[in-house]
Amino acid sequence: MLVNTDVLETIRMLEKEKLDVRTITMGISLLDCLSDNADATASRIYNKICNTANALVATGEDIEREFGVPIINKRVAVTPVSLAAFNKTQEYIKIAESLDKAANEIGINFIGGYSALVQKGISATDKVFIDSIPEALALTGKVCSSVNVATTKAGINFDAVGLMGTTIKSLAYETRHADSIGCAKFVVFANAVSDNPFMAGAFHGIEEGETVINVGVSGPGAVLAAISKLQGEPIDVVCETIKKTAFKITRAGQLVGNEASRRLGVPFGILDLSLAPTPEISDSVADILEAIGVGKTGAHGTTAALALLTDAVKKGGIMASSNVGGMSGAFIPVSEDAGMISAVKAGALTIDKLEAMTSVCSVGIDMIAVPGDTPAETLSALIADEMAIGVVNSKTTAVRAIPVYGKKVGEMAVFGGLLGEAPIMPLNSNSSVDFIRRGGRIPAPLHSFRN
Amino acid sequence: MKAVLTVLGKDTTGIIYKVTKILYEFDINIEDISQTIVQGYFTMIMLVAIPESVQLPELTKRLDELKKENLSVQVQRTDIFDAMHKI
Repeated sequence: MLVNTDVLETIRMLEKEKLDVRTITMGISLLDCLSDNADATASRIYNKICNTANALVATGEDIEREFGVPIINKRVAVTPVSLAAFNKTQEYIKIAESLDKAANEIGINFIGGYSALVQKGISATDKVFIDSIPEALALTGKVCSSVNVATTKAGINFDAVGLMGTTIKSLAYETRHADSIGCAKFVVFANAVSDNPFMAGAFHGIEEGETVINVGVSGPGAVLAAISKLQGEPIDVVCETIKKTAFKITRAGQLVGNEASRRLGVPFGILDLSLAPTPEISDSVADILEAIGVGKTGAHGTTAALALLTDAVKKGGIMASSNVGGMSGAFIPVSEDAGMISAVKAGALTIDKLEAMTSVCSVGIDMIAVPGDTPAETLSALIADEMAIGVVNSKTTAVRAIPVYGKKVGEMAVFGGLLGEAPIMPLNSNSSVDFIRRGGRIPAPLHSFRN
Repeated sequence: MKAVLTVLGKDTTGIIYKVTKILYEFDINIEDISQTIVQGYFTMIMLVAIPESVQLPELTKRLDELKKENLSVQVQRTDIFDAMHKI
């Protein structure tokens, strides 16, 4: 029996508080498409994606209409493309182009998996692949790329960390006419998860099956609305309220995921219940932190508020679904969150505080715009710090930084759509060159030896 | 399919008439109905059975026409409410 107040609560969450399913992401294995000929591989990949995911968008729209739950993006994630093991960058670029063509053909928003896993070492073909990333992302529109350079088990591949700085710089240059937007489609990971439905980091891990449906739920607005009613209440009431709201959000996502899986005939993988903000007002993780009580995001107390938010979201989600995975917590991208943008502009949120926050959020330093003349080694060192946080704390961390070509601190970088806009933030100007140029590998931490 | 139809808007005469007229056109049976007025705002929740033959986009298009009269009408499968509010 339906209770009227429950019905109205759901309607309010969907209409006013912008509760949505951020993405239905179909994972597709490309292992059976690989061959030693790049043209043949590219054409097999195109055909496989088009045949497997042709109904994804229409099915998503049907579910959206029937349940009244907005599904913002439909995406595809594929097997890490570096596994194609080509010897020339142009061969990899052909694959990127075929991924982009397939994405346009089936009408999805993004396709992820132009990725490499090099946490322990970089093979000759991995190196060629990484070299291809700037051009591949400049030539395509919907392809997203990620490189995993560290895990708790393997340690940090310091050579790869060094390479990432120069890769990001060339990517920024290749897409200099659009505020270096290419860098928004590229993320460097520690402890990357192979069933993450969110971009730019989604890929279909080699341990996954043939195809899978993963769902990313969002809903900062719903959590914000719930907390806004709790002025003066003790912090444990806040935690409990977040947990209950996360439960409801997750259940909506689980329903959408199960329906998509059944209708497409593809097994359901995981539900990622990360609170993912959008640039729209009230759809902000920063606003939640401020509703919990910090005056402005970045103030002392922000890290603790974010920690309790992430934890309560996970707990509510785990109760609601037996298939919670991916990253699950709260994302803190700067350009995609109106509250974060405002905190940076006000000088309340600095890069150092942001880094501290990443030790308790679900991913890492995300969508920050930095000066175009930032040295590659400084970017690498920023990545090294973030990887260290991930490796030591056994969590996923990432860096998605955009050194905006030709722009300086104080200017704005404008990306548009879900990617939003960001004020250029200053980084520490002291040199990290000697540190990064050492190369090599930082060994795995002591607590990784569990065997 | 079983669905919940919610109507929200400023209270005026003829709201129930306008909504049920459309439902009648689509041969949709109303199984339960409740309505309240909170601070001048009309809120109606109906449990309806939509025949398989009904094309949902056509129904929502017709109901969206009521937006001109400041009425917001939503049709959603009952599963979403069960999922979010029942353990």
